[in-house]
Amino acid sequence: MPAIETHNLTRHYGALVAVDHLDLTVESGEIYAFLGPNGAGKTTTIRMLTGLIRPTEGTALIDGLDVTRNPLEVKARVGVVPQRSNLYGELSARDNLIFVAGLYGVSRGHRRARADALLEQFGLSERADAPFGALSGGMKRRLTIAAALVHEPPILFLDEPTTGLDVHAARALRETIVGLHHHGVTLFLTTHQIAEAERLADRVAILVKGKVVAVDTPAALRAACCAEEALEVNVTPLTETLQAALRDLDTVTYLSRRGDALHLGVTAVDDALHAVLATARDCGARVTAVRTVTPTLEDAFVQLTHLDVETMAGGGANNRQGGPR
Amino acid sequence: MRRDQLARAWHIAAKDMRTYYLKPPLVSWGMLFPVVMILAFYLRSPGDIRALVPGLVALTVLFGATSVEAVVIAFEKRIGAMERLVMAPISHAALLIGKSASGALFGAATGTLMWLLAGLVLGLPLAPATLVVIAIGSIAFSLMGVLVALVMREVFDAMAMSNVFRFPMIFLCGVFVPIATMAPALRAAAAVLPLSYTVDGLRHLVLGGGGSYFPLWLDLVASAAFAVLLYAACYRLMQRRLEELL
Repeated sequence: MPAIETHNLTRHYGALVAVDHLDLTVESGEIYAFLGPNGAGKTTTIRMLTGLIRPTEGTALIDGLDVTRNPLEVKARVGVVPQRSNLYGELSARDNLIFVAGLYGVSRGHRRARADALLEQFGLSERADAPFGALSGGMKRRLTIAAALVHEPPILFLDEPTTGLDVHAARALRETIVGLHHHGVTLFLTTHQIAEAERLADRVAILVKGKVVAVDTPAALRAACCAEEALEVNVTPLTETLQAALRDLDTVTYLSRRGDALHLGVTAVDDALHAVLATARDCGARVTAVRTVTPTLEDAFVQLTHLDVETMAGGGANNRQGGPR
Repeated sequence: MRRDQLARAWHIAAKDMRTYYLKPPLVSWGMLFPVVMILAFYLRSPGDIRALVPGLVALTVLFGATSVEAVVIAFEKRIGAMERLVMAPISHAALLIGKSASGALFGAATGTLMWLLAGLVLGLPLAPATLVVIAIGSIAFSLMGVLVALVMREVFDAMAMSNVFRFPMIFLCGVFVPIATMAPALRAAAAVLPLSYTVDGLRHLVLGGGGSYFPLWLDLVASAAFAVLLYAACYRLMQRRLEELL
């Protein structure tokens, strides 16, 4: 039986369709990443799957239980790590865990031991008596995940788990997620960071404007969308005119800007190289560096969604410059 | 309701009591305000204070119970903790009991303290049935506070909105002037406000019926009915509009 299953799951907010007839299946024990820009419907989906909001249409099953009909049973089976670390600022790290344990029906005699075990597991034992409000962002995030695991749920939902964390804290958190995966926990995570989805997930669903446009393993998504090779080109000056001209080339399948560089999907490196150099010259620009690169999930994402990677990083959903020619 | 759900409701109430009872808005509105009111009336006319004891005790219960809910619910909505509670395996019915219990207990405790002090200092009767009037009134007021706090986002807003209900009730419910001496229109208004029945019940038990307007049994039944109606209103609001409220 799948851990998570939805059929035609839909959610309207007035005229806006936040989630549009979503069909997904998450197998037990896998890491499933929901990848999409802000406003794509990721959080709304998690909220429906965890019984916080009702779907307008369709069904969601957790461990075979209908979320709308059996909300308490479903809530007891899942742990939820919301985008915002929302534990109690005045309570200590340990007391927060003890409180959440009681809320999930952990027996009184086991709460303290469970809290201490989680504090140890998440490297927070030394700060056990510190108020939650006094912890660093990374510690708060770790404690929020610990709180979601206090009743040992088989399924864990993580909404943008590394948002707002520094590089070290984010890396530590990703290691924690992988550790949970090894313990057999089914993980459903939302993210707008392509690299995070690629690094962590067994399967990735790409969500745009409430619809899933592709679901597969990162490798399969790359293979399906990026059979061609790719070039990374640095050009000076990097003008809109030049980008438009490059996008119009027959040998270029897609183009996206990543910082100072342009990422080009090409049908053949040799032909594309000549065409790019000539186009740059015609536009009064100079190519300062060229590299052939292995297509990544980012390339697949750009091709599938017509969104630019920088749009994802910025969190917007505007269709800017990443569309296929 | 299942026993495990009630246990979780109590778990929430216990945490709220531990976390919020000394929050500044609660200290000022739930503790200091009633004390200031009592001192103001005592200093103005020490001889008349006995007649005001039922009203002042009821006022203490009202401000204590409603202020706790403004803090407990509006504050938790702001920090996202209410969402955490809703995501937990606890029914809306049990969550409502848990959230209103801390206010009801606070109002009952401060009201009882006031009643005992007044009784001992002024030599008034200390009938045990008074505790029942205070307890039922406190439950109703707490649920009134829940209803207001559910639709407000900030503690300050919830306090301000609570005052929209609380202050008119001070003047309409026989706190300072017995309902029997009020104009017919004001008596009609008093009949539909929960504070009237708590004040009236206390008049029966503390002053031996002096200045009371309704029979004692009606005070108890009406207070309980308000509690049930307010619970039903809160529950309906949570069932129908929870997403907007969070």
